[in-house]
Amino acid sequence: MAEVTGNKEIIKPENLVYTRTKLMTENVLHYCPGCGHSTTHRILAEVIDEEGLQSETIGVCPVGCSVFLYNYIDVDVQEAAHGRAPAVATAVKRLMPDKFVFTYQGDGDLAAIGTAETIHSCNRGENILIIFINNAIYGMTGGQMAPTTLEGMKTATCPYGRDVKLMGYPLKMTDIVATLPGTYYVTRQSVHTPANVRKTKKAIKKAVEYQKQNKGTCFIEVVSNCPSGWKMTPVQANKWLEENMFPKYPLGDIKVPVE
Amino acid sequence: MEKELKLMKGNEALAEAAIRAGADGYFGYPITPQSEILEYLMEANPAETTGMVVLQAESELAAINMVYGGAACGKRVMTSSSSPGISLKQEGITYIAGAELPCLIVNVVRGGPGLGTIQPAQSDYFQATKGGGHGDYHLIVLAPASVQEMADFVELSFELAFKYRNPVMILSDGAIGQMMEKVWLSPQKERSKVVPEWATVGKPPTRKHNIITSLELDPNVQEVFNEKLVKKYNTIRENEVRYEEFQCDDAEYLFVAYGTSARVCQKSVQLARQQGIKVGLLRPITLFPFPYEKIGALADRVKGVLSVEMSAGQMVEDVLLSVNGKVPVFHFGRMGGIVTTPEEVIEYLKLKFLKD
Repeated sequence: MAEVTGNKEIIKPENLVYTRTKLMTENVLHYCPGCGHSTTHRILAEVIDEEGLQSETIGVCPVGCSVFLYNYIDVDVQEAAHGRAPAVATAVKRLMPDKFVFTYQGDGDLAAIGTAETIHSCNRGENILIIFINNAIYGMTGGQMAPTTLEGMKTATCPYGRDVKLMGYPLKMTDIVATLPGTYYVTRQSVHTPANVRKTKKAIKKAVEYQKQNKGTCFIEVVSNCPSGWKMTPVQANKWLEENMFPKYPLGDIKVPVE
Repeated sequence: MEKELKLMKGNEALAEAAIRAGADGYFGYPITPQSEILEYLMEANPAETTGMVVLQAESELAAINMVYGGAACGKRVMTSSSSPGISLKQEGITYIAGAELPCLIVNVVRGGPGLGTIQPAQSDYFQATKGGGHGDYHLIVLAPASVQEMADFVELSFELAFKYRNPVMILSDGAIGQMMEKVWLSPQKERSKVVPEWATVGKPPTRKHNIITSLELDPNVQEVFNEKLVKKYNTIRENEVRYEEFQCDDAEYLFVAYGTSARVCQKSVQLARQQGIKVGLLRPITLFPFPYEKIGALADRVKGVLSVEMSAGQMVEDVLLSVNGKVPVFHFGRMGGIVTTPEEVIEYLKLKFLKD
């Protein structure tokens, strides 16, 4: 039998190692267990809080699983049409240049229907942060093929696996936007281990700093999972992520500021 | 400050009026016959004077979504386009209506369908007045019939848009946009510093976070929202009907026409009266809300009504509803970018009502 006194030690304030993120609302997340959205939401909220930006933040969240971000992060948020968040955010930032403006987009949103908006906002060097969740699938609509779906990967609309001859190749949008002069900081991260969570949070902090300095578009891809869409347990999904997603979408900075 | 008299194109007058009305932002994409609006604003460079943001977007889709973003910040923002471009904007327009955002959308109409022609038409009436995009919604629609009204309706549009938290469309046409007339321009107004309580401008500790959205998954909640919109549109119908009467007092026949067709019909009224035919003109200024009651009342006093529109007959459906079977109603109008002549209108009137 464990000593009861041991538990009392844990609840002492000085031993507290984790609490609810201050800017996360009381709403229960609708995300599936193990989904990377929850973690990414949390670290984004942490950064906004730690930087003291709650009253300065305007988020733009388009159609996709994360369209409900406004239910979870306690900042002003605009829901946007599918793919159009960078256009929406363009106007927000230009009309409110002192605010911290971010978009939070999925792969179907950012790399398929919103390709033009993504490319052109990056090309104009809009002074916004784009967070791009790449889980290689359409989660919200039930697991269809995304532009980032891997070759041979099975989804509801490529049930025999993605045949690149018929369906095109996985699109590496992050590498594309890194070639545009308007982007200032482009990086690819993940949130599937504590170490990676810390790296992604650090990347978001950098992007916040660069936006304050009016440096141009910051673009953070988070290579993430979709346990439900991939039909895996969270543990299986994270293993599959490492073995299959990372070879195609390798983690690390793609474009870093040259001082 | 006094008003200033200038000779300008309709498109230019609208652009200049937007600066003077204190607009915060314009987002556009070139398309004939309205590209002068974006060109004029770029040359005027109001960023240096009033601080107004002017941006050429990568598409009409992007432009209308920029309007969404700016409007959601409580700013006075606008876009303009012509028919094919307005079709592209419909996605954004329905989101704007669904999120109840105030803004101005200008349609300098050209003939269609498809790429159609770059010449003037009035064939976007259904799209403008019955919604346009998906879902139950209405824009407030203003139809200018002169370069002066192209200018004046900008400020009126922003006023109505913010009064009702509703998008407003100026439904012009290629003729009004391209023609030059004298125009009295209002003095420069300061950009508004008022921040609407619903605007997403960053959450201060004193209020809950603001959310701009058109999404609701609970049908019971969505229905309540739909009912709220219906109520708003009914209030607009009660309060905002605008029209102009021209020689209606002793009229035996009535033209109903807006925009360029109203200008044509004004001449037709004069020519017909020289021939001893007593005709009047009712010009709807607001197409939504439509002056159903006024036209219905006039129908009690005339023998017939001719709806004149450069289309295959769109507004005539609302004229028929207004007249409600009291007297015969016909439609006349040229299509494909051809502007109807005053003589053609009279000939058609005679053909339909004075044959014997």
